[in-house]
Amino acid sequence: MTNTRVPRRTGRRHPLMGALLLVIGLFVTGGAYAATSAGIAMAETPPVSQASLIDEGEKLFLANCASCHGLNAEGREAGPSLIGVGALAVDFQVGTGRMPMAASGPQAEAKPVQFTQAQIDALAAFVASLAPGPGMPNPEHYAGDGDAAEGGALFRVNCAMCHNVAGAGGALTEGKYAPHLRDLDPVHIYGAMVTGPQNMPVFNDMNLTPEQKNDVITYLKYLDETPSVGGFTLGSLGPVSEGLFVWLIGLGGLIAVAIWLTARSN
Amino acid sequence: MSTTLNNQAKSDVGPGMRFTGAAANYLDERTSASTAMKTLGRKIFPDHWSFMLGEVALYSFIVILISGTFLTFFFDPSMTEVEYEGSYLPLKGIEMSVAYHTSLDLSFDIRGGLLMRQVHHWAALLFVASIGLHMLRVFFTGAFRKPRELNWIIGFVLFILAMAEGFTGYSLPDDLLSGNGLRIIDGMIKAFPVIGVWMSYLFFGEEFPGVDVIPRLYVLHIMLLPAILIATLAIHMVLLVVNKHTQFAGPGRTNDNVVGSPVLPVFAAKAGGFFFLVFGTIMLIASMFTINPIWNYGPYDPSPVSAGTQPDWYIGFADGALRLVPPGWEFVLLGHTWSMNILAPTIVLGLFIVLVALYPFFEAWVTGDKREHHIADRPRNAPTRTAIGAAGVTFYAVLWAAASSDLIATHFKLTIEGVITSLQVLFFLAPVLAFVITKRTCLALQRKDREIALHGYESGRIVRLPGGEYIEVHEQLEDSERWRLLDYNDYKPLTVRPNDQGRITVGTRIRSGFSRWFFEDRVMPVGQKELDEAKH
Amino acid sequence: MATKPPGNDITSAMPAPEPSPGTAIVSSDTVANPGLPGEHVRVTDLDPKEEKKAERRIALFFSLSIIGSVIAAVSYVIFPIIPGDMASVRANNMFVGLGAAIGLLGVGIGAVHWAKSLMHGHELVEERHPTRGSEETRQTAVEMFTQANKESGFTRRSLVRNTLIGALVATPIPAVALFRDLAPAADPIAKMKETMWAKGVRLTKDPSGVPIKASEVTIGSAFQVIPEGLAELEHHRLEEKAKAAVLLMRLPVEDLVEKPERASWSYQGIVAYSKICTHVGCPVALYEQQTHHLLCPCHQSEFDVSNHCEVIFGPAARPLPQLPITVDAQGYLVAQSDFTEPVGPSFWEREL
Repeated sequence: MTNTRVPRRTGRRHPLMGALLLVIGLFVTGGAYAATSAGIAMAETPPVSQASLIDEGEKLFLANCASCHGLNAEGREAGPSLIGVGALAVDFQVGTGRMPMAASGPQAEAKPVQFTQAQIDALAAFVASLAPGPGMPNPEHYAGDGDAAEGGALFRVNCAMCHNVAGAGGALTEGKYAPHLRDLDPVHIYGAMVTGPQNMPVFNDMNLTPEQKNDVITYLKYLDETPSVGGFTLGSLGPVSEGLFVWLIGLGGLIAVAIWLTARSN
Repeated sequence: MSTTLNNQAKSDVGPGMRFTGAAANYLDERTSASTAMKTLGRKIFPDHWSFMLGEVALYSFIVILISGTFLTFFFDPSMTEVEYEGSYLPLKGIEMSVAYHTSLDLSFDIRGGLLMRQVHHWAALLFVASIGLHMLRVFFTGAFRKPRELNWIIGFVLFILAMAEGFTGYSLPDDLLSGNGLRIIDGMIKAFPVIGVWMSYLFFGEEFPGVDVIPRLYVLHIMLLPAILIATLAIHMVLLVVNKHTQFAGPGRTNDNVVGSPVLPVFAAKAGGFFFLVFGTIMLIASMFTINPIWNYGPYDPSPVSAGTQPDWYIGFADGALRLVPPGWEFVLLGHTWSMNILAPTIVLGLFIVLVALYPFFEAWVTGDKREHHIADRPRNAPTRTAIGAAGVTFYAVLWAAASSDLIATHFKLTIEGVITSLQVLFFLAPVLAFVITKRTCLALQRKDREIALHGYESGRIVRLPGGEYIEVHEQLEDSERWRLLDYNDYKPLTVRPNDQGRITVGTRIRSGFSRWFFEDRVMPVGQKELDEAKH
Repeated sequence: MATKPPGNDITSAMPAPEPSPGTAIVSSDTVANPGLPGEHVRVTDLDPKEEKKAERRIALFFSLSIIGSVIAAVSYVIFPIIPGDMASVRANNMFVGLGAAIGLLGVGIGAVHWAKSLMHGHELVEERHPTRGSEETRQTAVEMFTQANKESGFTRRSLVRNTLIGALVATPIPAVALFRDLAPAADPIAKMKETMWAKGVRLTKDPSGVPIKASEVTIGSAFQVIPEGLAELEHHRLEEKAKAAVLLMRLPVEDLVEKPERASWSYQGIVAYSKICTHVGCPVALYEQQTHHLLCPCHQSEFDVSNHCEVIFGPAARPLPQLPITVDAQGYLVAQSDFTEPVGPSFWEREL
């Protein structure tokens, strides 16, 4: 049949080519930025002295944190004041990747760490220089060589109601949650207890002494290092996962067996 | 039997058979065993996989009994406080009850102890699950109709007993999780008007937690409840043998016969084999998957609690019902506190299970059908019943989901408030939706069956006619296949008639209303005349 | 025949009445049942080689079962539990269990395969009999029953019958009474209204019992608290704890919204509340230090600590009871009195 309609396009390019070029361009520029900025973040600059550490920290702070926390860490609508939070809070927040926060939400999530430990130390030194606050703990207080039984008892009374007895995590109100505690760096466990990040309560040294905190860390390390005696743990979430498993795999499997059993033989 | 064997030449019969003959003779002369063999030996059992769910329940119960007996040799329910002296490091020196200590000993210091604990608990979960699914099968196939209404009630009682067994059982180790469960039960009991505080006081032997509750639960769990359960189970099986099992419609199968395999040898081999398969599956799961890791929870103490505190799955619907109550449901009348936040879910759940128990009688009243029914319905052929069942399952499922509201929130990155509010809406909406969708689906499937019965199924062969049009060739079914689609009961709504006094009673009106709801929309089975006309 | 009791329709001498189909449509136009389908023949029925193969397969499964059971028994010995070594516990559990599983599954698979492939595959038919007895049987039953009634005079001798029923009803009554001593003689309701807290009792840490100074409770802290003396109790420790457990928190004073009559119950922003949920008694301890929400993990009741633990979500009906606190001369936190209302879940006599 004859086509009397005038063809709309006259060029050889596909009409969507423009959109495609735009997308490619965005990827290229975004990727280049990510690659180079990662390079900036990854550059090692061994600090020479405490003063230069604080300077280094201030530079990193201005580049990465000031937009939410203010140029002098005094706080803005987007981020609270960091004056007086101490080096330990910085070590925890930045060391677990929670900061810089990627998106607003009920709480800051742990995600891939964006800085080297040297840079984190620098940031911590800067924030610590603003006002006195919790400092880095004595390593013997998070060595994990304490009393696991004492630690377990303290964990169950003080921590399990949010984090679950096996450290599997749990729900809080309005979309917040207490994260799981498996395979964490002991210094971060210590830091969280002392600084009480976001809605976690503060466990100062009068509530849980440093030795008691070490006991708690010892208990969590025991959970990490000890194989589960009964077999696969199904997430350590208790009767809910066990019930789901028995219906889907247990009964489901047996129904499959029953179908085989009652089927006609070839 | 022995005389014929004795008369045979010794060389005809092997030593094994001779022994069997002699043993059979000995028994028969003392127990009339031959009568039992005659009555039951070649009893016919129909063969369908969905009929084996009750067997899963029975066999998992036997596994429970076997593994439970092992556990009783090591478990001590005493609530006396001792210091832990076993080998699990994080509990060393911790004060705990003897019950918890012996449960830990079973797990860490007795070879096979953990295995038996896990077999026992997995089997218990499977036991209640298979009873539930078995009940659903019986419901959806209408196998509760006359003459099996009483067996339905007995089965219902078994379900309640199984849940009670499970609850008393998982509370025995006196760990933090089950202890908080007992605390919740105590709170619920105390909410009861007039007798609540007294019931709690007598049950726990003093103020909560007391030192008596675990030993009392132990007696219930290993003696009283199993005895009642076994006796009820025996009645259940006797009625099954007396009524014989139902069977699905099929060629050669009528309401007056049973078609299948004889007990000896086929059914016994399959059923016996299935026992080993059920036991083996439970054993496999128990060797590879942890269940109830009591060492993580620690001993019960009224102060700590774990995030993610749920009961075993079969108590979930009750826990979920508690969670769905909005704030503030309590009032004081004449000085007495009415805790409607506890009483309302209890009443709703109580009504629900009573409706489940009484359903056979309700349906019999609506249909007025007093005949015996031995042909199992295909669910689609009883659309309203199936839809009611779907609504009931959905109702149960909403409550069940509510019990894991906090885990749903953390896993799907939702707020607990959002999850609970959604479930509060679904509590009312979902069963209605499920009913409507299921009923319409059943009717549509019936219409499809009708189409296939009359006009055959689409064979996949496309033929081009001389005029140019394409048609798909329909193949007629074999008579035996078509029969399955035609053999079902058809009911019409009740015609309301005045009684002898010339009045239409309220009961008749109500019955008529239900009857219309059940049978107004229906698809009639294809009759012979219609079939002949279609084949022209 | 004995006198028929009135209104008893099973004494009819007519043949068994057809049960009513009710609203069922009994059609005369139903298609006829095509009858049992033909024999299903299996390869093992046709080919002796296949039969032998099936036999060997079945025997293989049974043999695997024997091996499995032996593995289970041997594993019990060769994977001993080394006290404290969790890996050894895991190994023992797994290998004994897997061995036993193979032992069981082998028998099951073999037996089912035997039944399916080798045993007689034909479907057999058994006739059902009506569940009700034949008219003759029923008649005999009625006659027996009536005869027994006549011989005992049960229906006729109303005085004997009625006093028997009375006696049988009364027999279990002592059994009911016997249950009173399941619990002690004391009045439970009074016990529910009092806890270990009293004027001057120090707040101490759970579970150590170490007293707490007000200065130790910094903003954002959450201390798990028990009354002084509870940790050392020889008897009734858990029962007292189940009423006396308390959560101690410090909020910025400006965040606290206090009723005037309770303004003196807190100390410089430090507040103490019962930890026993007013819903059904779980410990409420999930404290969010920024939102001041207190969440119960059991049924998700939420309480607002800045507002006297008012219920803001969930099934709890009442706020958590507040413990009035102050400091003593040494700066330790002490209670001013016991709770002013019963702690924990509601009960019938709560307001009395």
